[in-house]
Amino acid sequence: MGYGRHMTLTVTDLTISRGGIPVLEGLNFRLDAGRALVLRGPNGVGKTTLLRTVAGLQPPVTGQITNPPESIAYAAHSDGLKATLTVAENLHFWADIFGTKGIDKALAGFDLEGLVDRPAGALSAGQKRRLGLARLLVSERSIWILDEPTVSLDVASVAMFADAVRAHLATGGSALIATHIDLGLDADVLDVGPFRAVPGSGSGDFDGLDEGFL
Amino acid sequence: MASIWEYANPVKFIRTSEMVLPWVSILATITLVVGLVWGFFFTPDDYRQGATVKIIYLHVPAALMAINVWFMMLVTSLIWLVRRHHVSALAAKAAAPVGIIMTVIALITGAIWGQPMWGTWWAWDPRLTSFLILFLFYLGYIALWEAIDNPDTAADLTSVLCLVGSVFAILSRYAVNFWNQGLHQGASLSLDKKENVADVFSTPLYICMVGFGLLFIALVFLRTRTEIHKRRTKALLARERLG
Amino acid sequence: MIALLSRDMKLAMRAGGGFGLGLAFFLIVTVLVPFGVGPESGLLSKIAPGILWLGALLACLLSLDRILALDWEDGSLDLLATSPLPMEAVVSVKALAHWITTGLPLTLAAPLFGLLLSLPEAGYKWLVISLILGTPALSVIGTFGAALTVGLKRGGLLLSLLVLPLYVPTLIFGAELARRGAVGLETTTPMLMLAGITAGTIALLPFASALVLRVNLR
Repeated sequence: MGYGRHMTLTVTDLTISRGGIPVLEGLNFRLDAGRALVLRGPNGVGKTTLLRTVAGLQPPVTGQITNPPESIAYAAHSDGLKATLTVAENLHFWADIFGTKGIDKALAGFDLEGLVDRPAGALSAGQKRRLGLARLLVSERSIWILDEPTVSLDVASVAMFADAVRAHLATGGSALIATHIDLGLDADVLDVGPFRAVPGSGSGDFDGLDEGFL
Repeated sequence: MASIWEYANPVKFIRTSEMVLPWVSILATITLVVGLVWGFFFTPDDYRQGATVKIIYLHVPAALMAINVWFMMLVTSLIWLVRRHHVSALAAKAAAPVGIIMTVIALITGAIWGQPMWGTWWAWDPRLTSFLILFLFYLGYIALWEAIDNPDTAADLTSVLCLVGSVFAILSRYAVNFWNQGLHQGASLSLDKKENVADVFSTPLYICMVGFGLLFIALVFLRTRTEIHKRRTKALLARERLG
Repeated sequence: MIALLSRDMKLAMRAGGGFGLGLAFFLIVTVLVPFGVGPESGLLSKIAPGILWLGALLACLLSLDRILALDWEDGSLDLLATSPLPMEAVVSVKALAHWITTGLPLTLAAPLFGLLLSLPEAGYKWLVISLILGTPALSVIGTFGAALTVGLKRGGLLLSLLVLPLYVPTLIFGAELARRGAVGLETTTPMLMLAGITAGTIALLPFASALVLRVNLR
């Protein structure tokens, strides 16, 4: 499986807001096929907002995000699992939604084969997290947007996750990851701290924001 | 220069409304006093209804405004959805409580008027029922504004609710008309204003209508200013926290 | 889309899915009415169509907040929003799943409950027709309400407050159709109006629901 060379995510002069207040501004970065980019910065600086904006869940205030259509798979704190469905049913559902076939590779990738018939509600927190991440493989999308993917994973599972990301990159995929721990990936690092929006000094046009009231 | 959209800028709106507001308020007071005093004391009693007819000077203008306020909210909601001017959304928010009060006034004065006329405080007449439904729509709209923290989200959701609500309000009006005809033959409880209002009554009534309209404009200006100040305070506080 | 529908059905049927809750509520309302208004069968048969419609509507209302709230809590909605499915399709399928698990069982059970309220014989056919035509509108309008209130704590009461006024035309024409059918009056007008409301809401309201849902996800 390969995604081709053109799968590039480009972010140009991006300003994002949370609750009507700009949090990060002037962001520029580029994520090429086969590369991973790790976002760093203190809590509350706007990493989650940035990831949600890139994933298309909320509109940017200014700037552009360009990526091939239907190329993004997003995974956040909650995994979208249904407690009463089994592991296989949960994955099959997402495979159907994304129009892909086969969940075997995803099961193998996160060592879930022994749990296929277990209801998701009966899994441990770490197992749930692995199932949530297995969904990324099922989606067969090239650009992974991951928000703190290693929460509640033990050391072995983190290694498993890092392997999955590495395999994904090797096939031409890419990943944008917000994380506090070192995954041991050959990844670029972007510290978003310096891009913190300075209130009132807006370089952009703040018409659509509460700043318009100042 | 002067495009109407300039007034969509909060700062500009505050400045303009500061100049306009006193004049509108004075004008509203004058017309209301003139209209109501004329209506209450200088018109003859109706030969059939006696002095009770005079409640018309509160009832009809309030009912008129109850509908017009919703229509104004619909227009400002559309402006917010299309052009995203904050003042527009806040004006809709500011108008809703005025609208619901007008609806309540119309319902209560209607009941007070209806008691001696029809011998009942309430009848499921299509017009009365429609106003009750309108009251519920206002209630839902205001409750939705109150329930949401993020002001832009609230503006978006209430605007869509106002749009959808308008369609359903019109549908309800037709449904209610149909429904009551199905129950009662003929319109024995008709509120046909044209029949009741003779010329002597109509001039002060028109003045009252204008007065209610001006009162509404004054209140909406005032309340929109308050909403803008509230947003401004919130933005300043947020800046403090971030900075 | 079929995957989403079948998943929602599966979830509704499994433990804790709430399937049958609406039906039980409908039964209880029907049983409580004679306690409230007295056992006289003449009166009951007169108000039966209206009571059955009201009971079905309330039973429908009861399950509305489950349409989207569960998917919101566990993050599924975020993931569906980034999936190839357009949001309009998501809300339409959600409404359809709600109708299959709530509106359809209510429609099928209504004649049975009609027996309890001594519904006139001519009324059964029209009761079922009116519910078949009307309950899809209840589900679609309810999905709109659920989309409006999805992110809110204590959204349940607000949901009822928002949705009930929107239910007025459907209730009026639905109950009117059932009542006219029961007493043998002309039924064409309410039937056409009811069908029109249902068709209109199914065609247009999902766009509004998808719009507000996207706003709520931001």
